[in-house]
Amino acid sequence: MTTVFDTKQDNMNTGLEKTLPDEKNYKMIAENVSVYYDGIQSIKNVTMKFRERSVTSLIGPSGCGKTTFLRCLNRMHDMTKNARVEGRILLDGQDLYSKDVDPIYHRRKVGMVFQKPNPFPTMSIYDNVAAGLRLNGLRDKKILDEIVEDSLRMAYIWDEVKGNLKKPAMELSGGQQQRVCIARALAIQPEVLLMDEPASALDPIATQKIEETITELAKEFTIIIVTHNMQQAVRVSDYTGFMYLGDLIEFDETRNLFTQPKNELTAKYVKGQFG
Amino acid sequence: MMSSSNQKRAEYRTLFKQNVKGRLVVDKIVMGVVFGCVVVALVPLGSILLEVFKNGISALSIEFLTQTPGAIGSGEGGIGPAIQGSLIIIGMSSLIGVPIGIMSGIFLAEFGDNRLGRTIRFFNDVFMEFPSIILGIFAFLTIVLILGHFTLWAGAFALSLIMFPIVARTTEESLKLVPLTYREAGLALGLKKWVVTFRIVISAAKSGMLTGILLAVARIGGETAPLIMTVLGSSQFFSGFDAPMDALPLRIWRLSLLPYDSAQMQGWGAAVVLIVMILAINIGVRYYFSTKGKRSGLVSKIIGGKRK
Repeated sequence: MTTVFDTKQDNMNTGLEKTLPDEKNYKMIAENVSVYYDGIQSIKNVTMKFRERSVTSLIGPSGCGKTTFLRCLNRMHDMTKNARVEGRILLDGQDLYSKDVDPIYHRRKVGMVFQKPNPFPTMSIYDNVAAGLRLNGLRDKKILDEIVEDSLRMAYIWDEVKGNLKKPAMELSGGQQQRVCIARALAIQPEVLLMDEPASALDPIATQKIEETITELAKEFTIIIVTHNMQQAVRVSDYTGFMYLGDLIEFDETRNLFTQPKNELTAKYVKGQFG
Repeated sequence: MMSSSNQKRAEYRTLFKQNVKGRLVVDKIVMGVVFGCVVVALVPLGSILLEVFKNGISALSIEFLTQTPGAIGSGEGGIGPAIQGSLIIIGMSSLIGVPIGIMSGIFLAEFGDNRLGRTIRFFNDVFMEFPSIILGIFAFLTIVLILGHFTLWAGAFALSLIMFPIVARTTEESLKLVPLTYREAGLALGLKKWVVTFRIVISAAKSGMLTGILLAVARIGGETAPLIMTVLGSSQFFSGFDAPMDALPLRIWRLSLLPYDSAQMQGWGAAVVLIVMILAINIGVRYYFSTKGKRSGLVSKIIGGKRK
């Protein structure tokens, strides 16, 4: 594991500067979150705190509940009929699951990037990025142009697409599509960005670009990323949570979790002994 | 242990690699059967088209397409009112049936995963199989009898009843084909569910929905029985929505019953016109929607202009 660390010394240094966060700096807090599918518990009392302007990775073997947990954070389970979520998720101190909260306003603060690139199929690159704004009622062409360019720049794809924004987004490569999707999520000016294995369908070069994007974005956003790739977690994240069978086994600064895991299961997993 | 499992694998391989020739033969036979079935299905279609055009083409002329029918058996006059009536009735039925059908389809696809949805879907399916004459009688009883005369409205009502279950079902199926991930992406952008449905899901399902609508148009274009009960038929051009009207299937039916060769020939001619009309509507609508996306053509520039 040490070799992985050596390659990313820079990242670690920035991580070192950050002291353990105090309560006030938490952007998002998940308290005792449980998820049931058809009455079967698949997330068990997970409590996690996410610091403002940081990257938190969720790692763990397939089926451990990483994605399920991530989808709680913007109420994506509302769509699933047989899913039930318990516990509290606080965004800036407000409970996402309280009855008087409209999930729509929260989702505007919490952007999401999905595992498979999913640009809207009938729309151009421009229309995709502008979709969240236009369909939320923004009509001003000048401002739209501005935000679309800004978002595409933030997602590190502006230079590749600036000449043909009218091109259907589906004609881009997978990695480009994914970055357009990141731009689309950023365009609605979220404060938190959820990413569900954003690079799992991409080749190493596209993956590297996405990771660079994440590192840049972390200066402004709170990012929570699910990943299968432990090296990726090490490269991009300040904090890492290890999940197993619906439990959060260990949650610590990335450096600590990978070098001095406190739990035996975590140690085995990060050494690649199971997973 | 290794060698014994290798042995087993070798044995397994012999089990399914045998008889390659036999499988090739089966492959050919299946291909042949499939091809044969296609031919069997196409032969009647082709022969009907051939027969209709062979008999009907000679009846076509400018007068035939534009004039009112002449004296019975004279072989004079045309089917102008029938063409006009068919277009009006198809238009009116579509105006009623398509929006209701699309809305029902959206409901079934997006909100229909419950008992109410299943019930509606069941009745919708039953409705789709209803004999059209019963719908005609229904329109006759509810509109014609109450108003006391035959009217275009009754015809449009009866045909829209045939139309909307078809449109509803095809809309539902097309919407269900749109992957969940686009809906999720839309919701994750903080969009309301109906915005996601109307602006994202529908635009992805547009082509399938269009096919359903055109199928329904073709279906009502040829309906005769409900029209007998509702618009009756007429030899005059359009004289108001509250009056009887002619339609191509009605005209074909009447002409074919007459014992004169000239009338029979005009009937074949009217059939040609009906087929060509449905075909033209199909091609025209598809062409319009396929060029609209590319923003070319005068019509789309005018109608689709607001979208930049």
